[in-house]
Amino acid sequence: MAGAVSNHPHKRKGFWARLTAPENRGPLLVAPAIIVLFVMNIFPLLWSFGLSFFNYRANRLKVPEFVGLKNFERVLTDDKIWDRFQTTAIIVASSVTLQLIIGFALAMLFAKHFPMRRIIMMLVLTPMMLSFVSVGVFFKLYYEPTFGLLSWAINHFTTEPFVLLSTSTGALAGIIIADAWMWSPFVMLLVLAGLVSVPKYLYEAAEIDRVSPWRRFVTITFPYIKSLLLLAILFRTIETFKIFDIIYIITEGGPGSSTESIAVNIYRMAFQNFRTSRSGALAYIILFIVIVLTNLYLYAVNRRAREEAL
Amino acid sequence: MAKQREIGKAGWGRSLFAGIVGLIYFFPVLWIILTAFKTRTDALEIPPKFLFSPTLDNFRSVFFRASISSDSSQATNFILYFFNSIFIAGTAVLLALIIGTLAAYAFSRHPLKGNDTYLFIILTTRMMPPIVVIIPIFLMFRLTGLAGSYWGIILLYTAFNIPFSVWLVKSFFDELNPEIEDAARMDGASDWRVFFGTCIPQIVAGLAATFVFGLILTWNEFLFALLLTGVETRTVPVAMARTLGGEVGVDYGLLAAIVTLFLIPIFFVTFLLQNQLLRGVTFGTVKK
Repeated sequence: MAGAVSNHPHKRKGFWARLTAPENRGPLLVAPAIIVLFVMNIFPLLWSFGLSFFNYRANRLKVPEFVGLKNFERVLTDDKIWDRFQTTAIIVASSVTLQLIIGFALAMLFAKHFPMRRIIMMLVLTPMMLSFVSVGVFFKLYYEPTFGLLSWAINHFTTEPFVLLSTSTGALAGIIIADAWMWSPFVMLLVLAGLVSVPKYLYEAAEIDRVSPWRRFVTITFPYIKSLLLLAILFRTIETFKIFDIIYIITEGGPGSSTESIAVNIYRMAFQNFRTSRSGALAYIILFIVIVLTNLYLYAVNRRAREEAL
Repeated sequence: MAKQREIGKAGWGRSLFAGIVGLIYFFPVLWIILTAFKTRTDALEIPPKFLFSPTLDNFRSVFFRASISSDSSQATNFILYFFNSIFIAGTAVLLALIIGTLAAYAFSRHPLKGNDTYLFIILTTRMMPPIVVIIPIFLMFRLTGLAGSYWGIILLYTAFNIPFSVWLVKSFFDELNPEIEDAARMDGASDWRVFFGTCIPQIVAGLAATFVFGLILTWNEFLFALLLTGVETRTVPVAMARTLGGEVGVDYGLLAAIVTLFLIPIFFVTFLLQNQLLRGVTFGTVKK
């Protein structure tokens, strides 16, 4: 194919020559990415969008019937779903707040060069590299009333045995701690990137003017990391919104359904009750929320870009 | 690439303090690693045993299953699973990096009509909860026979990694000085020469960051691997979850041994490319 045209690239415009013409370069280079994304993401997305208008169940052979917006109606009027949204919101808000506090503190700790910094930082980065399965299983073990490490430590201070996962508040706390522990290093990396980007001459000027450390932080450091913090909040919110594996392993949504997040709910709906279409409708409502969050995210980014340009 | 600005220096005092904090943070992982060297009774001992005589039995039973009927032991498939994990994640992240770099170059240097719309759609696919597409993908893979094959799962992971590869690499291209490319063109370099000879060498560190970040996110993927890999293509996280079942409860020692072994490759890749990773996390949307 290539040999035939490369002999006379200018005389006759063959298929290959037209394909690689300068004006087609953009589309040509983008094409592989778009094709893979279309086949593996966008097409399945449209498919499930279509399914959400039928009463399809993956375990039945019956031909699905068109039901219009009924699935969306059922999902939006279901009180249980709003409970799940509330649970998800509590997990997201608490976990992201914890991640920000811990991540910020860790970033301040690593914001300077010191001996063995690279190795010590690896200790903090490791939780991010573990699988949800292993974090789930071992945190469940740490919380376990008789064999658990955490329960053992806490039992030294209390008379009553420490049973974290038996109450809904405790179970939520258990999940939030595990999730925040895993992802605070991520926030740390983001904040650290912001701290490193503060020009050194600003600190030197502050030194000369004898500015107090607190004022130095408020007037120099914070403006540089502000938008990165916003990014961290949005990015972690979007990711935590999808929380599934860790809940599924630690509590399976229990006790009762007090820790069942939206993603766990979709999973149950789709793979345990086989309400395939209805789970699709719920998934689309989530997707809509995620797109709104993504827009906020990009808005934050663009604002940063504009600030930098000034 | 933007030059790295200098940060302050601190002494051994900071090392000591950070080391203590780091060890506390690392403790849950350390405990997993210690558990991997414990016998079954030591693993669940209360009060917890910090000093014990270490055993390699757990590591042995990752690879060999003791047989009840005879003295000989049977090999498990874990070597295959480790190979699968490395092969699938490595290939997918690399493919996404190549495809993403080409697209990123186009978005940066040859903008299309509706450039920003394309970029937004690409980012949305990354933000989407995977659970949204899991059923259609499952059906699609069954219909096309991709289920259980290497190519199916590799292509899927590639698709997951493309969005952030595009965004991140684009930000690196955007930072390059276009005058250098123009100068190369004036000297008669072809577009391919400009791309491979001038642009790529300047962003090698950025490409490394993209690779390691993608690897961390792909290495532990569980849900799709569970539904879409077969006996031959099973990855370690799926095999790990399968050791949880059984009448005698979770074998924590065995699980800990798998976790420890599975941590080694990703730990070293991250350690080697640590400095580049610092740039990677900002998702390519923030310029320094």
